[in-house]
Amino acid sequence: MRREPILNAALALLLLAAPLAAFVLDEPFYISLTTRIVILAIAAAGLNLALGFGGLVSFGHAAFFGIGGYAAGILAAHAFNMEPLLGLPATDLMPTIWIVAVLICAIVALPIGAISLRTSGVYFIMITLAFAQMIYYFAISWPAYNGEDGLSITVRNAFPGLNTANPLSFFLVCYLVLMAVLAVIWRLRDSRFGAALQASRQNAVRVSAVGIRPFRIRLVAFILSAVITGIAGALFADLNRFVSPSMMSWQMSGELIVLVILGGTGRLFGPVAGAILYVLLEFMLGGITERWQFFLGFILLGVVLFARGGIVGVIAGKVRHD
Amino acid sequence: MPTALIVEQLLNGVQFGIMLFLMAAGLTLIFGVMGLINLAHGSFYMVGAFACAAVAAATGSFWLGLVASLAAAAALGALVEVTVIRRLYARDHLDQVLATFALILILSEATRWLFGSFPLYLNIPPLLGGAVALPGGVQYPIYRLAIIVAGLAIGVGLYLLIAKTRLGMRIRAGESDREMIGALGVDIRTLYTVLFALGSALAGFAGAMVGALQSVQVGMGEPVLILAFVVIVIGGIGSIKGAFVGALVVGVTDTMGRVLLPPLLAAAIGPAQASGIGGALASMSIYIVMALILAFRPRGLFSAQG
Repeated sequence: MRREPILNAALALLLLAAPLAAFVLDEPFYISLTTRIVILAIAAAGLNLALGFGGLVSFGHAAFFGIGGYAAGILAAHAFNMEPLLGLPATDLMPTIWIVAVLICAIVALPIGAISLRTSGVYFIMITLAFAQMIYYFAISWPAYNGEDGLSITVRNAFPGLNTANPLSFFLVCYLVLMAVLAVIWRLRDSRFGAALQASRQNAVRVSAVGIRPFRIRLVAFILSAVITGIAGALFADLNRFVSPSMMSWQMSGELIVLVILGGTGRLFGPVAGAILYVLLEFMLGGITERWQFFLGFILLGVVLFARGGIVGVIAGKVRHD
Repeated sequence: MPTALIVEQLLNGVQFGIMLFLMAAGLTLIFGVMGLINLAHGSFYMVGAFACAAVAAATGSFWLGLVASLAAAAALGALVEVTVIRRLYARDHLDQVLATFALILILSEATRWLFGSFPLYLNIPPLLGGAVALPGGVQYPIYRLAIIVAGLAIGVGLYLLIAKTRLGMRIRAGESDREMIGALGVDIRTLYTVLFALGSALAGFAGAMVGALQSVQVGMGEPVLILAFVVIVIGGIGSIKGAFVGALVVGVTDTMGRVLLPPLLAAAIGPAQASGIGGALASMSIYIVMALILAFRPRGLFSAQG
């Protein structure tokens, strides 16, 4: 009996059922909470592509999360004020914003990846952190878009044919993006590219010996991973109708890593399980005690020490190769 | 720009670098010998500062506070090593990052629980108050000079400890081959606990010294932690010499960048644009230096591991 596909389907259905139930019960707060889970799951799924499948521990993915957020925020601000941006009319259409976020993240991730991938191990962790900090401080000190105070989005960006101000419609948009992203990652994982990526994690020398350059494979994976996290950032800015440099802080990068490990590193639905558990813990512990971080710390510690492989690993067992 | 200002800022940069060295020395030893990434190192810095501020407030003596900061950070370090860190040596870096991230949450929240959310203040001891005139007509605070001297003394002490003593010999042996020194009958578990406590005590000492310059508050450790990581990565992980050079590079680059970049840019492109770009570039400068160094020397300047 293979348990992982069943678990994945259950998680996907649970995420869809929760806001529908909240809609019927007229509890819009829980729709927003689930939307937050879905968006964090997209960001973590992006990171999981580099970290889980490629073994590239990026401690700087918050930078791409923030860049996506600023793409949404800046375009929305220009569209609201009818100001053209770089000579082009600005837009408040989500699909266009996502394309812009994707392009900018790819352009930024290319040099960062190309330089960082010259290093490995701890050095890779730290150089990705350094690049993220550069972008973070840049966002804080750049006065054009309010610097540290952040940028408000007056009206949530539009999606053709939908009223995104309605929480349930916006949730559905995010949910479909999550499913599309997971489908792409699933196809990628089982493709030649995915095989080469996972093989470079396990043994880069052998991969080189059969004539594949691990550097290129890793660079493509890093860029794809950054792009997915960037789309999540654009959605996150739209969810909060606010974007600030704190989206790029190193704590955010740490949180994304936590989501991936908590759910199960290198498992397709690991980031989804991790995001559900993390946001629910945050919400429930926050309801019980002001000191929720204290208890969250102990729970995380317990997961690392005693539940290796994260939630998906505990429920569905080790990765099967069949 | 007057020379006096440049000399003063240069000294500030060196003082900042020395503080970073105290943090980075512990971090790089722990990584070099035990292979552990310790994100919670900044929490020991915070604990040291709080212990010093609390004891100094209760007894009125900064020096008792300094002793308390060393004792508290070392004891907490030993406790954390025995209960948690010990289980992480055999794990990969990812598990270590997550577990020590959890430790940050626990230690920060516990400190907030004990001391409340308001910052504490720590006064400079009267013995080190006031300023001293340096050649060139600079008035420089004695306390900052004392930090530089204390840091240099600790640096020399660490060098002697590692190069000349039996404990240092075991630390170096543990760095090159941990199975072998275990097989030779050295009690590695105790050695690791002692080393972790030593690193924590250095961080706690740094926190206490800086606590008198800034306010003592929860979360003060994390910005310093990130910089300390930059330092050890620039210097080469596992190398005390690298940590020292890296710390001075980072301290001086950061301080001088903030002083020199805005006026230089203003001269080049006009004051209006320069105010924004100069500030942004100054805060980015150390990360740019780090990326440049790693791009050309992927294992840092003085890598201990070849």
